[in-house]
Amino acid sequence: MADMRTPLNRVRGLGSTKSGTSHFWAVRVSSAALLPLSLFVIGLVVSLAGSSFAEVRATLGQPLVWVPVMLFILISLEHMRLGMQEVVSDYIHNELVKVTLMMLNSFFVVLVGGICVFSLLKIAFGG
Amino acid sequence: MVELTLPKNSKIRTGKTWPKPEGATNLREYKIYRWSPDDGETPSIDTYFVDTDDCGPMVLDALLWIKDKVDPTLTLRRSCREGICGSCAMNIDGTNTLACTKGSDDISGAVKIYPLPHMPVVKDLVPDLTVPYAQLTSIEPYLKTVSPEPAKEWLQSHEDRQKLDGLYECILCFCCQTSCPSYWWNGDRYLGPAVLLQAYRWLIDSRDEATGERLDNLEDPFRLYRCHTIMNCAQTCPKGLNPAKAIAEIKKMMVERHV
Repeated sequence: MADMRTPLNRVRGLGSTKSGTSHFWAVRVSSAALLPLSLFVIGLVVSLAGSSFAEVRATLGQPLVWVPVMLFILISLEHMRLGMQEVVSDYIHNELVKVTLMMLNSFFVVLVGGICVFSLLKIAFGG
Repeated sequence: MVELTLPKNSKIRTGKTWPKPEGATNLREYKIYRWSPDDGETPSIDTYFVDTDDCGPMVLDALLWIKDKVDPTLTLRRSCREGICGSCAMNIDGTNTLACTKGSDDISGAVKIYPLPHMPVVKDLVPDLTVPYAQLTSIEPYLKTVSPEPAKEWLQSHEDRQKLDGLYECILCFCCQTSCPSYWWNGDRYLGPAVLLQAYRWLIDSRDEATGERLDNLEDPFRLYRCHTIMNCAQTCPKGLNPAKAIAEIKKMMVERHV
């Protein structure tokens, strides 16, 4: 079927969503937060290299280690979700595939986040 | 739409090699994209030889020399031949630029010429720019005011006028627009560097009273935020402008009114 809409009609499409800036801003804010957090986590991993399971568990259980590690996990997961959403928007043009991938992206982040939060809670408060 | 290989009807075959001009001592080889809507063939690359002693220094001179002396069917747009009309924008030696301001001596080996990338082709080196033109119309590239018209003119300070430098020079050749991968993949929804540079030119015009509405129209994950600062636009602009910077400034304005 020939598309007989005018070019301007096609370009205007469904109109502006008047959104997108909060996404853009969230990526920048999470990047800024991840800068010191990543350095901390890298430092932690290096300092814990070769330690025993009990030692690692004890270190992670300290509040001043536990909080930044938890923040690192949660913020980096959100940052990853936002970034992956951009990749899907850029490259996937089949609506069904796009919506499915966007959902899987969110599900994946919540699942990984849930497991991490559970594990860290267990380390902090579990016997 | 992402396309990693050319669709079947766009696959390029080797075309005709035209005879060398007789009696010429200095020859330059030109490999030029050819496609006609009339013969049902796929595109081809024709090879021409230009007598450089009989031809001007620019790529456009050579194209017109070929059209005049070798093959009158070679089709291209051109008008001012001095880099101000934007008609002869094409992909020369792998970069989008104006044939009239690109010297053939700046290119080593055979000069390869294609139409602007990822646009429908009308014929040979003539792309169909209907969509970019409609996108330009959609951002309303003219002064919009509500206040009563002044008796003489809308005044602007020297400082505010200077903010338009680096923007007003755009000649709408669409070299940047068609060099942008984001525009290739999402050209139906992403406005592209040339149109966004024009949008910014009106956003920061101190005389314009529609800044908020203009930002409203641009604030969209696709219209504006497909720009990922790839910078091909700034690299390719034959006028030396920086559309990527203009887009970054629009994003800054968006954040400014949110935060």
